[in-house]
Amino acid sequence: MSDIPAQAAETVRVLQEKAGDAVKAVQFRNRSRIYLDVESAAIPEVTRIVFRELGHRLQTVTGTDGGDHIELLYHWANDGEGYVLSIRTRIERDNPEIASVAGICKGAEWIEREIWELLGVNFVGHPDLRHLLLRDDWPEGACPLRRDYRKDGGDG
Amino acid sequence: MAKETIVPIGPYHALQEEPEFFKLHVEGETVVGLDIELGYNHRGIEKLSESKTFEETVFLVERICGICSTSHPIACVQAIEDCGGIEVPERALYIRSVIGELERIHSHMLWLGLAGHFLGFNTVWMWTWRYREEVLDILEFITGNRNHYAMMKPGGVRRDIAVEDIPTVGRMVDRLKGPLEMLRDAIADDPLIHARTKGVGVLTREQVIDYCAVGPTARASGVAIDVRKDHPHAAYDRVDWEIVLGENGDVYDKIMVRIGEMFQAIRIIEQCLEQLKTVPGPIDSNPREVPPGEGIGLYEAPRGEVFHYVRSDGGNRPVRHKVRAPSYMNVITDREAVIGHTIADAAIILAAVDPCYCCTERAAAYDAEGNTKILGASGLITVSQQKTQQLRRELGAAGPVLRFED
Repeated sequence: MSDIPAQAAETVRVLQEKAGDAVKAVQFRNRSRIYLDVESAAIPEVTRIVFRELGHRLQTVTGTDGGDHIELLYHWANDGEGYVLSIRTRIERDNPEIASVAGICKGAEWIEREIWELLGVNFVGHPDLRHLLLRDDWPEGACPLRRDYRKDGGDG
Repeated sequence: MAKETIVPIGPYHALQEEPEFFKLHVEGETVVGLDIELGYNHRGIEKLSESKTFEETVFLVERICGICSTSHPIACVQAIEDCGGIEVPERALYIRSVIGELERIHSHMLWLGLAGHFLGFNTVWMWTWRYREEVLDILEFITGNRNHYAMMKPGGVRRDIAVEDIPTVGRMVDRLKGPLEMLRDAIADDPLIHARTKGVGVLTREQVIDYCAVGPTARASGVAIDVRKDHPHAAYDRVDWEIVLGENGDVYDKIMVRIGEMFQAIRIIEQCLEQLKTVPGPIDSNPREVPPGEGIGLYEAPRGEVFHYVRSDGGNRPVRHKVRAPSYMNVITDREAVIGHTIADAAIILAAVDPCYCCTERAAAYDAEGNTKILGASGLITVSQQKTQQLRRELGAAGPVLRFED
């Protein structure tokens, strides 16, 4: 643990202090990869702190169908200190919903549109939630990155 | 009140491998808004990757892009190595940097040629691409392929650079310097190029940070981020080189940042070649399995940071593979950079982020009621070139003078 960048430890400390109980678990995998588990309701606040106050750069968000939940992994780079902070949150798989962070960080706008169409996550408060990669008349509810998606349409 | 007109650009262009669709909203000659539509080339690579073994995913991601065809593999193998805690032998690190930097040179030359073409300087285009061929020759000499080098694998590289070949590679790289200096000087001092690119398509420092833009697009605005420095990998922390920065975020600074980066790339390659004369093998740690876990790999592609995330359940295939290319973060900034400029400047502004598409082959303009008219095929390039012709007459300047030795 001794070679964890000081800024990384400080970032985690600030998040634990400000976001309180929402931060569930912290894992320092190696000196440049940190994973944080956060409650989904706290994502906008955590985003504001990490992006606006602590100056991290949003790399992307990885959305994964976990079978009984949807997992979102917000990857933040600290380019000055050379680490990646990945903030993990889980939301329910039926009608998945989470607050959009595009209003806080414009870089998230396309990323959320992509996750919305590929995994069906509704980003509440997104300024322009429409198809990014799939065609405009793509069937509603057919989410190609879900495990049960079939090409001939629908679930199962 | 001026009527708002929509000028569609795209989605297909014969010069580029990646179609995209831009809708320019214009009032008279002035651009007032921009819609960007992606997805014409969406191939479902992330999903497809889940059906490949870890070794096969590297070949798959190599085919994401024909220009930066080693950037995705490097990011991908680094993600796998991060996931599995896999060590990479030192010799392989130097080889990765050599291939990566050669790719950066040919990619930037390709872009510079296109930029010249859009501005109406076809001599810049043809000479740049003529010297780009020599870069591809070097890559062919080392890897056997002009592109799609298939050099990367988890744990190392597939092919060594033989010590007896290093002097030849060194000479070939050295021969690039003269033409690059000529190009730099011809472009840096030319009043016509200044008139077309300075103060055009400005992206401010704040906009770069807001949109999380990366690569030369960010650096031209003075944001000093470069994955090669910030998140050390391959051999980039073992050699001397500098981040090339601009100040103003305009098209001119984006040109000069990329030209500067080609010289830095040569500097990196020369030091790596010197090391490769003595650093012993192996070139591959030959990992047998990827344990359960997740890993992130970052690489500074010619256009900026490439991001790969892989997750393993202990089997031989990734259960999730996320890919984010740099243009994804950069193209969206066009909607800030292009506002307030004329249609004649749109081609070069949209091209200035070096998107993996380029725009204007199938441009047609229609008014808001949907009546097709005005610009036919390649119209946007034409109006851009006409503007240069007009400036040429007004300034009495001929444009960049290129004198090359053959």
